[in-house]
Amino acid sequence: MTTLTINGKRHDIALPEDTPLLWTLRDELGMTGTKFGCGMALCGACTVHLDGEAIRSCVTPISAAAGKNITTIEAVGEDKVGLALQQAWQDHGVPQCGYCQAGQIMSATALLHKTPKPSDQQIREAMSGNICRCGTYTRIHAAIKQAAGVSK
Amino acid sequence: MNAPDKLIVSASRRNWLKAAGALAGFSLIAGPSGLVMAADAVKYGGENMAGGVVDDALVFLSIGADGVVTIMVHRSEMGQGIRTSLPMVAADELGADWAQVKVQQAPADEARYGSQDTDGSRSMRHSFRAMRHVGATARLMLETAAAARWSVPVTEVKAADHKVVHAASGRTLGFGELAGAAAKLPVPPRASISLKRAEELRYIAQDNKRGIDLHDIVTGNTHFGIDTRLEGMSYAVIARPPVFGGKLKSVDKTAALKVPGVLRIVELAGSPPPAMFNPLGGVAVIASNTWAAIKGREALVLEWEDGANGAYDSKAFRATLEAAVRQPAKPARDQGKTVETLAAAPAKRKLSAEYYLPHLAHATMEPPAATVRVANGKAEVWACVQAPQATRSNVAKALGLAFEDVTVHVTLLGGGFGRKSKPDFAVEAALLSKAMDGKPVKLTWTRDDDLQHDYLHTVSVERLEASLDAKGMPTAWLHRTAAPTITSTFAAGANRQAPFELGMSAINVPFAIPNVRVEVPEVPAHTRIGWFRSVSNIPHAFAIQSFAAELAHAAKKDHRDYLLELLGPARKIDPKELSDGWNYGEDPAKYPVDIGRMRHVIELATAKAGWGRKLPKGRGLGLAVSYSFVTYVAAVIEVEINAAGEVLIPRVDIAMDCGPQINPDRVRSQIEGACIMGISLAMSGEISFKNGRVEQSNFHDYAVLRAADAPRVIHTHLVPGTLDMELGGVGEPATPPIAPALCNAIFAATGKRIRALPVGMQLAKKG
Repeated sequence: MTTLTINGKRHDIALPEDTPLLWTLRDELGMTGTKFGCGMALCGACTVHLDGEAIRSCVTPISAAAGKNITTIEAVGEDKVGLALQQAWQDHGVPQCGYCQAGQIMSATALLHKTPKPSDQQIREAMSGNICRCGTYTRIHAAIKQAAGVSK
Repeated sequence: MNAPDKLIVSASRRNWLKAAGALAGFSLIAGPSGLVMAADAVKYGGENMAGGVVDDALVFLSIGADGVVTIMVHRSEMGQGIRTSLPMVAADELGADWAQVKVQQAPADEARYGSQDTDGSRSMRHSFRAMRHVGATARLMLETAAAARWSVPVTEVKAADHKVVHAASGRTLGFGELAGAAAKLPVPPRASISLKRAEELRYIAQDNKRGIDLHDIVTGNTHFGIDTRLEGMSYAVIARPPVFGGKLKSVDKTAALKVPGVLRIVELAGSPPPAMFNPLGGVAVIASNTWAAIKGREALVLEWEDGANGAYDSKAFRATLEAAVRQPAKPARDQGKTVETLAAAPAKRKLSAEYYLPHLAHATMEPPAATVRVANGKAEVWACVQAPQATRSNVAKALGLAFEDVTVHVTLLGGGFGRKSKPDFAVEAALLSKAMDGKPVKLTWTRDDDLQHDYLHTVSVERLEASLDAKGMPTAWLHRTAAPTITSTFAAGANRQAPFELGMSAINVPFAIPNVRVEVPEVPAHTRIGWFRSVSNIPHAFAIQSFAAELAHAAKKDHRDYLLELLGPARKIDPKELSDGWNYGEDPAKYPVDIGRMRHVIELATAKAGWGRKLPKGRGLGLAVSYSFVTYVAAVIEVEINAAGEVLIPRVDIAMDCGPQINPDRVRSQIEGACIMGISLAMSGEISFKNGRVEQSNFHDYAVLRAADAPRVIHTHLVPGTLDMELGGVGEPATPPIAPALCNAIFAATGKRIRALPVGMQLAKKG
């Protein structure tokens, strides 16, 4: 049994310890906001926070997440920065299909917590682990700058 | 007139699928007028789609007593914004307040909703007038109900802002208050419906960002195909034959069955060619969660029989394509005396070049996924599909059920790009549910499944030859295009590009050249070939727009000036004069090839980009123009090549003329997305085969563009259009000019001409 704290709520999970957090969230707990994209930490669609750090849940076994605070897209709006990013995402009409955007917002939230006023280069570096196949990168960039209050 | 000819002018990708068997062996090529249907009235546009167009207000729109207007959307949402844009058209004509509109996704039912195929950049093009009619009809019914209530002539009342107003008396009734009475009225005759004037509209053609799913997307509250959850559901992945056409020789399930959570292992039969939308066969592992299914699959001990495609090798196939374009082949267009003119020209007045473009995988961020449940002789499907009707019919066939006994719920699509026009994955899920006695099964494709078993974009070699006059302008133009055809997926052995593929920028090259010949060698297909955003326009436009730049360089002329001269003066060309009887399924009278519009987008994009401006060393501007999906696009890309040979893109300018823009912000976002996809395929897109197997397996070896390498700025310039103009496509047309514009920019910056994609390491400096 592994005990996970997800969005402030405790869950006892009866899955093998090597089960990735991603599939635990999606299949066991029905929290489908976190997406599967590659299974190898290459695309960022599955990004969640572990004690505030952006991590790829597809390669994070639940044993490594036990005892830490897990935050997912479903609750990131309770955080001021997360909420500002969700708003900026809508203001800029960022999403196209929307599939990767949960991961994008989770990465952006972690970035702004660590670096509240990021440079263009810092934004690009922080966001380059998240693939968007629809090609919303320029709008993501602008939305992050708006949320950070560093727009020109 | 035989049946195959009808297929040729069909707008519907599925229309000709139906009769694709008849296609094999039929000559797809004819002279300039030979492609046109001789008999019967020719249908164009949406009317020519298998499901046709439905504009019945009662089908698409309902109003509750609470005033909530519910609008059905019959096309699939995959990022183009159609779930917002189509209902917004009806809502605007109705006079509804968008905040009180609910959008409902229609299940697969073309008899009720008309064509639901979401492809070919035509959802808005074919549905705009229908959706206006729906909204206007409902508006008149509400007005009629209000006028009756007040005993005043209907001409004295007006619907706006979600209510009907009688201005003379100041009385108003909300839509909700009128809904019951309006619903009892007969649907007014077509002749009585009037559309709003442009200045009366508040949503159509207005810049807004009211995406219906925006809030759900940013809060993680959406339902994509992969997100379906049903009571008692199990989860599956499939090990498929690594070679197309191969089959299972043996499987040892012992270890897999010991993996915790694995419930059942099911062998799936493959299907003989053609591929159609049939499962590839293999071994499915069904488990209590996706991870257990993946672990179970890893534990399978599998032996495969490779079959006829076991030797497919991309290096060798490139040589096959090159050999094919180096000898004469059957022409698809033959205007003037191209062969003779080329033969007579001295060597110094001739130029030729070959261009290579590899296979591409769609790599939608959401891989294919579907959930099926079978109960009481009826099947229910939840799937991210671009072709709901084909999903329904194929699932029905696979399960041996009547069409009526299958329901297909269309979820959101996490990207489509043509991949999800092929519902093979829904058929697989249906067979697995059947194997589980009808219990719900969700099938997920992992990323390696997606890249290794895709319906790939074709691979091609394009050869261009021109003879030149004293000023460096072509006197003859020969284009040989060799690429496996999409029709091979539907007719075994099909080996020449079909008219719809040639009509994508090859046959219909509109340059003012007296002698033009387009030849199409026969080449086989060794994998499933399918539609990929912009389809054959990608290789054809890359070759033609690169070659035009090479000709300009040889003539020592400015590329823009040369391109304009090549196009000649503004004029409208009947596509049939270009031997193109297809024209994206649209009426040539309404949609001629308009050189004036093509010239204009070139002039607009170059003016905005500051064409001709002085750039520092290592920087360059590149230009390309394209006509596809009855829309005109020109792109100017600025590149900076650093000391290591890496390509940076400071700026892109794209001008588009697609007629009126119904949802301008979504037009812009489609252009931006098409630009990213075009740069992605140009810089790193390549799927290759060895021993019949795809060599790539995930995003580490099939690289797609990331934020770090994306253009810093993409400027979109929309040519204004009015609502009485014909609509052009939006989703695909901005992709084709990107790769050639990029490579033309690389040439301007470095002097190195890229003739084979992807750019990859071709510019890398050693050391």
